[in-house]
Amino acid sequence: MKLLYFAWLRSKTGVAEEEVTPPADVRDVGSLLAWLKTRGPGYAAALQDLSVVRVAVNQDYARLQDKVGPTDEVALFPPVTGGRR
Amino acid sequence: MIRVQREDFDLGDELKALATTRGRIGGIVSFIGLVRDFAGDAPIQAMTLEHYPGMTERQLQAIDAEAHSRWPLDATLIVHRYGRMTPGEQIVLVIAASAHRDAAFDACRFLIDWLKTKAPFWKLEEGSEGSQWVEAKSSDDQAAVRWAKR
Repeated sequence: MKLLYFAWLRSKTGVAEEEVTPPADVRDVGSLLAWLKTRGPGYAAALQDLSVVRVAVNQDYARLQDKVGPTDEVALFPPVTGGRR
Repeated sequence: MIRVQREDFDLGDELKALATTRGRIGGIVSFIGLVRDFAGDAPIQAMTLEHYPGMTERQLQAIDAEAHSRWPLDATLIVHRYGRMTPGEQIVLVIAASAHRDAAFDACRFLIDWLKTKAPFWKLEEGSEGSQWVEAKSSDDQAAVRWAKR
């Protein structure tokens, strides 16, 4: 599974992109985030408040219950701010 | 049509390109977003727009298609820049052209409101106390809610 991190999620995790093999019981976005949190203090800090984390699976916005698999591209980023007025 | 690019754009050039290819357009509405020199009360020197290449194009195309399904449009164009920009620079261009002005005005407003909430761009502002990622603002979501299907 390919993971991408943007904006402050990249700064906090210290990772822009990585290839991971999560445990077999990680089947959806929610369980993926829960597993990522256990991978180190940077991940725990980045994923502490999930209300400010957005997830895309294969470049479409995803919800916590959406499925993820080994061939998916999963991106983690803050709510978009490109055009904040 | 959509474009994501680092380079600046020219409204005049884009309008000429539209006009030479279409004969039935009765009205064109355009919107240009610029970099401001303040964020809240604090002055900013520059900002960097980061985006998610691939997803950005995909989301902009979906927003563009949605506008075409809602209004009788003859042409639309979204040009969005990324990278480092200073106050006064152009960030985003939206053009909507239709046989009638109502559709052009409504579609232009719809496109800019929706892309602000759906296109994956993040703003890093450079001020006197260093750089800071901008947090999302609920008024952007409210602007988009206006266009939610009833």
